[in-house]
Amino acid sequence: MNEEEIKTVIFGMLKRIAPESDPTTLGPDENIRKALDIDSFDALNFFIRIDEALGVTVPESDYGKLNTLSEMLDYFSSRTG
Amino acid sequence: MAEFRMPSLGSDMQSGTLLEWRVKPGDRVKRRDIIAVVDTDKAAIEIEVYEDGIVEKLLVEPGQKVAVGTVLAIIRTEAEPTAASPEPPPPEKPVHAPVGKSERPAPAAVDERKITPPTRPAPKIERVKASPYARKLAAERGIDLAGLEGTGPDGAICATDVEGASTRAPTPPAGDMSANPPADKPVAKDYTAAMRRAIANAMARSKREIPHYYLQTRIDMQRTLDWLAAENLKRPIKERILPVVPLIRAVVLALGDVPELNGHWIDDRHRISEGIHVGFVIALRQGGIIAPAILDADDKSLDELIAGLRDLIERARSGGLRSSEMTDATITITNLGDLGVETVFGVIYPPQVALLGFGKTTAQPWAENGMVGVRPILSATLSADHRATDGHRGAQFLDALNHYLQEPAKL
Repeated sequence: MNEEEIKTVIFGMLKRIAPESDPTTLGPDENIRKALDIDSFDALNFFIRIDEALGVTVPESDYGKLNTLSEMLDYFSSRTG
Repeated sequence: MAEFRMPSLGSDMQSGTLLEWRVKPGDRVKRRDIIAVVDTDKAAIEIEVYEDGIVEKLLVEPGQKVAVGTVLAIIRTEAEPTAASPEPPPPEKPVHAPVGKSERPAPAAVDERKITPPTRPAPKIERVKASPYARKLAAERGIDLAGLEGTGPDGAICATDVEGASTRAPTPPAGDMSANPPADKPVAKDYTAAMRRAIANAMARSKREIPHYYLQTRIDMQRTLDWLAAENLKRPIKERILPVVPLIRAVVLALGDVPELNGHWIDDRHRISEGIHVGFVIALRQGGIIAPAILDADDKSLDELIAGLRDLIERARSGGLRSSEMTDATITITNLGDLGVETVFGVIYPPQVALLGFGKTTAQPWAENGMVGVRPILSATLSADHRATDGHRGAQFLDALNHYLQEPAKL
C-alpha cells in the first residue's frame, strides 16, 4: 500500500471519529489527538480499525510514536510493504 | 392502575419531548423493558418501565414536549384485572426508582401545552436512532431525521448522513412530516444552548445546595501501569484495557470500604446505596457532557467493566442510552487525564454525594524508602457533600483507593 492509500484510510477513520472535522487540512507535523480532540477511547478505536484495515497491530508501547500524520505514514508504510 | 410519568433523567432535566412509543395499548411489559424514547436537552434516551403490566392507554403523542412528572401512559399492573390472583401487587422496588421522582414533586400541570388524551392510538413512527451530533446538525439545518438512512452502528444516523442529505436536493421525509408543507419543517433547535442550560441548572443547584469539601491525593501508578502493560501485551488489540478501567475498579472496591460516599442526599437525608452505579462523565463531540452510569459496577469483573464502559461510551455518542443509566448513578467519576490537566476539582452531580476526579498521570520525582525516583504519578481528587460525610471518611476513601491501586493483580 502506498502513502496516498494509507493516507486515505487514515483520513476515513479520523472522519468517523471526528465527523465535524476535515482531516485533510491537518498539517504533516500537527498533533492529531490534540487537533481533533481525540480521547484515549477513540484513540484505541482508531488503532483497532487500523489493525483491521491495514493488518498492522500497533503495540501499546508504540502509541507515543504515532502523534502526527507524517509519523503515521512512515510507521504504516514501512509495515504494510 | 399505574401512571407512567415523564421521568426526570437527571437533576438537570425540566421537560422532555416524546420521540416515539415502543409499545401500543394491549402490550404486555416487564420491568426494565424499554417502552418509549424521550429527547432531553442532551440526548435521546430510551425509557424503561418500572413494573410489570399491560399498557392500557398512551396519553402523549410523539412530538409533544411535556414537563417532568406528566402522565405519559397508563399501565395496568398484573394483579389488577382479575381477582384470581390472591397475592397483593408487588411493592414498588426502590432500587431503580428514578432519583428525581422523590426529590422533586411532579408538576401538577403542564406549562407549555395542554395535554388532552388522544382517543385514537398514537401514530406509529419509525424508530429514529441518531448520534447526538447528527441530531444537532439535523436540527440546525431543519432536516427530519426520519427521512434519512443511517450508516452507523445498527443503522444509526451519523453526522455524515445528515451532511449528505443537506447537500442533496430536498426530498420529502418518509415520516408523518411528509404530509406537511415545507413551512412546517421542524423548527431549528439550538442543542448547544439547551445543553448549556441543562448543565447550568444542575451545576447551579449543586453549588447552591451542596456544601462541597475537597481532598486530593497523589498516587504512584507504577505498579498498576506495569501490570496493565503486561496484561495488554497478552490481549488482542480489541480487548486492550484503557488505564481508566483499573481506576474505576479501584473506586468500586474503595466504596466497599467507605460506603457513605456511594448514594444520595434526598429530603434532608443521607441515603446510602447498596448497589454501586458509577456515573462516568463523557464529553460529547458537539460540546457538553453527559454522565450515564455503569450499572451494578460492583458485580462486574475488570473485563465486564471494560465491555460496559465501551458500550456506554458508544451509546452515549451514537444515541441509545437508557433511562436507568441516566437516573441511577450513585457516584460520578470524571477523568480529564487525556488532556494535560493534572488535577480536577469536580462539581457533585445532585443528588449524589461524591465525585471522583482523575487528572493526567505524569512522571514526577517520588520519595519512597528514603530514595528519590521518578514515578508515574496520578492526582486523585474527591469532591464530597459535607452533609453526608466528613473529611475523615473522605480521607479513608482516598487511602483505600491508593491501597487497591498498589495491588493491581487483585483488581
